[in-house]
Amino acid sequence: MTLGVREAKRAGTTGAGGGGPVDAAPDGLRASTRGRLVLRRFLRSRSAVFGLVTIAALYVLAFVGPLLAPWDHTQQDYSAFLRPPSTSHWFGTTQIGEDVFAQTMRGLQKSLTIGLLVGLLSTLVAAVVGAVAGYFGGWVDRVLMWLVDLLLVLPSFLVVAIASPAFRGHSWVLFALLLAAFGWMLTARIVRGMTLTLREREFVRAARFMGQPSWHIIARHILPNMASLLIIDATLNVGTAVLAETGLSYFGFGVQPPDVSLGTLIASGSRSALTFPWLFLFAGGFLTLAVLCVNLVGDGLRAAIDPSAARGTARVRGARRARRFLRRAGAA
Amino acid sequence: MAEPILSVRNLVKHFPLRVGVVFKRVVGHVRAVDGVSFDLHRGETLGVVGESGCGKSTLAQVLMRLEPPTSGAVTFEGRNIFDMRGAELRRLRRDIQIVLQDPYTSLNPRMTVGDIVGEPFEIHPEVAPKASRRQRVQELLDVVGLNPEHINRYPHQFSGGQRQRIGIARALALRPKVIICDEPVSALDVSIQAQVMNLLGELQTEFGLSYVFIAHDLSVVRHLSDRVAVMYLGKIAEIGTETSIYEHPTHPYTQALLSAVPVPDPELRGRREVIRLSGDVPSPVDPPSGCRFRTRCWKATDLCAEQEPPLTLRLDGSDADREHPSACHFAEPRPHVVA
Repeated sequence: MTLGVREAKRAGTTGAGGGGPVDAAPDGLRASTRGRLVLRRFLRSRSAVFGLVTIAALYVLAFVGPLLAPWDHTQQDYSAFLRPPSTSHWFGTTQIGEDVFAQTMRGLQKSLTIGLLVGLLSTLVAAVVGAVAGYFGGWVDRVLMWLVDLLLVLPSFLVVAIASPAFRGHSWVLFALLLAAFGWMLTARIVRGMTLTLREREFVRAARFMGQPSWHIIARHILPNMASLLIIDATLNVGTAVLAETGLSYFGFGVQPPDVSLGTLIASGSRSALTFPWLFLFAGGFLTLAVLCVNLVGDGLRAAIDPSAARGTARVRGARRARRFLRRAGAA
Repeated sequence: MAEPILSVRNLVKHFPLRVGVVFKRVVGHVRAVDGVSFDLHRGETLGVVGESGCGKSTLAQVLMRLEPPTSGAVTFEGRNIFDMRGAELRRLRRDIQIVLQDPYTSLNPRMTVGDIVGEPFEIHPEVAPKASRRQRVQELLDVVGLNPEHINRYPHQFSGGQRQRIGIARALALRPKVIICDEPVSALDVSIQAQVMNLLGELQTEFGLSYVFIAHDLSVVRHLSDRVAVMYLGKIAEIGTETSIYEHPTHPYTQALLSAVPVPDPELRGRREVIRLSGDVPSPVDPPSGCRFRTRCWKATDLCAEQEPPLTLRLDGSDADREHPSACHFAEPRPHVVA
């Protein structure tokens, strides 16, 4: 990660030094692929890098933290009920003496993974289904949109609730897949609509003239042009997925006790949020932090992929250059 | 003259008009292209002019094999392009390229110039091995007069004329033999138009290209074309060399078009006779019987409504320079003031 940050700084300074109003032209010949270009632009955004580092740190914390703490998330300390944070129980204890730190870490593992997995998966499905339906049209479009309408009228909450006993005891990955399966339909409809307009744009026609295969046109010309929508949707979906998991777990579906997720912790802790804040604050704080960081990363990614969004950074750099010039002029 | 590189025979493209919600009923056909024939020779530029909706762009799409024709044949180097399959079709896609009208929408805003110009190499990897692609793209940018160092820039960082140069570089990438230009300069400023047209001319001599140059601006077409075809409602009204069409037009429609071209000479203003056509272009769904231009033609008689005038030589060999095919029963040159 440090390497990446260093590279970002270097790219930033060469850009300013070269005086180009746009992307660092001097080292442009060396950096070859578009992927590297996007990476460089992403790393230039400090908040996005911060978000990425924090998510990684949260993951590390969630898996390493329980190894360091003296308590397990199922263990009960009969000598400490509802104690505030202390040296032996870092985040305090619950009504029945469970260690809140161990529980929060365990919940963080679940919620982060479920949230990210569902967010990415449902957006991916939406993008593929929507673009394929919009691009090909005809019966493909009709069949896929029937499927979307069918899934939309099904009450997803009830379906997940009814289906969850079937995989009780199995992996919660199945649960995440089920959540993703009910989260993509609205976006797919929007993607389809945007595809219909993009399909008529001349650069798509040019690609067809060139003889590009259809899947290639969808992947290279259509989806990148709605990247903003897809990224925003994915980041929103992460939050929605965590909340959906919370809701389902609250009603006893989804993550089952004695296992915990941030959702179950918040659900049980929120009742005593004012009187015993540690039951609620840590889980809520981690959830907020995680969703915030996902949003920061999404924002940075969107700016990195959207070439015209670079104007903001260019202007900042120009101002910095102007200030430097004025300082030098004053000294002379 | 040598064997034509591209020859079009009786090309017809009708789009069915469907009505109905569940059961679609065909109620008619838009006759976008209705029996077009011409030859394109090596190193030649054929200009195609006509007003909006006369089928110019549909013609381009059919020539590119993006739309199947209703009937007719297009032969490229002796082979009918509509019979081509597989490897042969891939080969054709290399040999015929297109430059599109609007440089603001014809370049993907999310791709760098290097990716845009290099995209044809991805589809036809045999043309340039992966390692040399970047260099080939830079050469192409150099050829069209752009700075090769701008390879990592995005389209929005270029002006309209530069963008059209990018579009031309993309069309040139595979070393095509024929380039179809679908109104390549009509979205540009006049000063930039000249630059882009001169570039097209230079490239033609350098690479021995043949152009089908579609436009609605007569002076643009004259500047670049060796021969000119005038289209009206999906048919060719008149076709001939650049001089014979511009100096000695015989079809009333061509005469009307030419008389509407502004002449940059205030002395001539008012002295020139401008032919004003009345009415609109009839619907291509239900074109007039006989000659399609008769509804707006001042020469029209009953004969025009009954018989469709074929596109044949009209002048009886009086002057070889002026002689060219024209689809009018009463084709005759008409004196008009040209600066």
